[in-house]
Amino acid sequence: MTDPILDVRNISKSFGALKASDNVSLTLLPGEIHALIGPNGAGKSTLIKQVSGGLKIDAGEVWFDGADVTGLSTVARARLGLGRTFQISSLAMDYTVLQNLVLGALGHQGGIGLAAYFRPVMKDPALLAVANGALSQVGLEEFSNTRTSELSHGQRRQLEVAMALTLSPKVFLMDEPMAGLGTEGSHRLTGFLDELRHKAPILLVEHDMDAVFALADRISVLVYGKIVATGTADEIRNDPVVRTAYLGEEDAT
Amino acid sequence: MHKETILNACVLLGLLAVPLWALQMDEPFIITLATKAVIFAIAGVGLNFALGLGGLVSLGHAAFFGIGGYAMGILASHAQGYTPVIEWPLTIEGTNSMPIIWLVAIAFSALFAFVIGALSLRTSGVYFIMITLAFGQMLYFFMISWPTYGGEDGLVIYVRNGFPGLNTLDPIQFFGICFTLLCLVLFIVSRLAQSSFGLALGGARQNEERTQAIGIVPYRLYLIAFTISGAITGLSGALFADLNRFVSPTMFSWQTSGEIMVFIILGGMGRLFGPVVGAALFILLEHLLGGLSEFWHIYLGAILLGVVLFARGGLIQLIVGREVAHD
Repeated sequence: MTDPILDVRNISKSFGALKASDNVSLTLLPGEIHALIGPNGAGKSTLIKQVSGGLKIDAGEVWFDGADVTGLSTVARARLGLGRTFQISSLAMDYTVLQNLVLGALGHQGGIGLAAYFRPVMKDPALLAVANGALSQVGLEEFSNTRTSELSHGQRRQLEVAMALTLSPKVFLMDEPMAGLGTEGSHRLTGFLDELRHKAPILLVEHDMDAVFALADRISVLVYGKIVATGTADEIRNDPVVRTAYLGEEDAT
Repeated sequence: MHKETILNACVLLGLLAVPLWALQMDEPFIITLATKAVIFAIAGVGLNFALGLGGLVSLGHAAFFGIGGYAMGILASHAQGYTPVIEWPLTIEGTNSMPIIWLVAIAFSALFAFVIGALSLRTSGVYFIMITLAFGQMLYFFMISWPTYGGEDGLVIYVRNGFPGLNTLDPIQFFGICFTLLCLVLFIVSRLAQSSFGLALGGARQNEERTQAIGIVPYRLYLIAFTISGAITGLSGALFADLNRFVSPTMFSWQTSGEIMVFIILGGMGRLFGPVVGAALFILLEHLLGGLSEFWHIYLGAILLGVVLFARGGLIQLIVGREVAHD
């Protein structure tokens, strides 16, 4: 069996008496989409934040690409290749779409050297190539010079994904990329993510069940901070615990 | 060409034309006023680099203005008294040379900005405002109680410092020096703002979480910006001291910090020429309204209120409208 690229080992996190993560373990294998589902407040976003480094872990370890990254900061993990998208679009709103993407490309380039203090960044061919590449992959070319605050919600979601692309990460951590998208938008993004898994595996938190069952190689169900089941789409669909705890009889057919 | 670029060119030409006209009319006082506007503009451009681009609301930039001023005052007072600044471990003499004084002013204000920034930038928001204010006040009271360099009375320098090949006592020549430095500072700042550093700094201002997620540490960007910002403001402090041939702890007072911020608000925050327009307007108002009443600040306050309420982007935005910033 191939080694997992991301290996979350027995992590726990409490906020006072509330156990947001209760001894959670999961793995992400190369080339797969592993979806994380669960009712509101189950601790999905908390888990993503612990993997990306935004939240400190109380107990347990996060292994990424064969190394223990538990003690590393968000920045260090991003540099190693953890590409995160945000549940609520987290973009530089005063910048144009292209400026946002060049900013992303800058991060991938490994930060800012001293020589770069006097070179106009928006004319840098290497950065522009990365930015424009990501732009065309998500289909936002015509909005390249639009101010981000003027984009529609759906376009911002697309830009959010494009930002992760500029990093050429080894793993994507996607926190509800479909949130607030219409049927057509979700459908398009589903097709896109289906292709993307060949570039880098995706740990996907998503509420859109159609998308999850269409995409995911494996699904883990999180309820009250605990993983109650992990398996393929079919296994999850037919799991009696999941049916009662989360999906509800009528949705599970 | 952008409307803002044209406006910027007009502002620079206007700033150059006024003293030349005054030279023709034999009005040296107006040349001095223009010089003061140019020096204040440099201070404003310095603060605007941290405030407008990096979103760092510093209410302590008087510290760097004052350090620049005292760099000039201390070096020049030793030179006019023929005493060394320090004798141990090595003898350092005072100097009358402007370029050396500028370099010392820049070096020391950058050093202080680095240290103050390193500590203050661990906080943000209101706490950052208060802690920068506190550092400024600390230096203010330190200068007041340091008798070696005049304490509360400050230092009087009898002769303006020299620049090779120029007669700095001639108002128009001193104006020329300050104006050239302003252009140089504007050039450097505009290059920095368009560089990858500027893009990342502006990105961090708008969204810190995102900047971290792409692998860039905002703290480091802020610290570099704050240091450069302090260095520029320090340079203007040295020039201001040379304009008046006098330094006093007032340069360190929080009112000075406030005034520098007022230039930026009047002209337009985050715009390259915002503080230039603001400083020129401030001097103009001070001169015109100051002639009407001793309490001219009350009118300034009303104007400031108007700008904040009805013209958020300052005078520049009022004229050219909202455009995508620096592209």
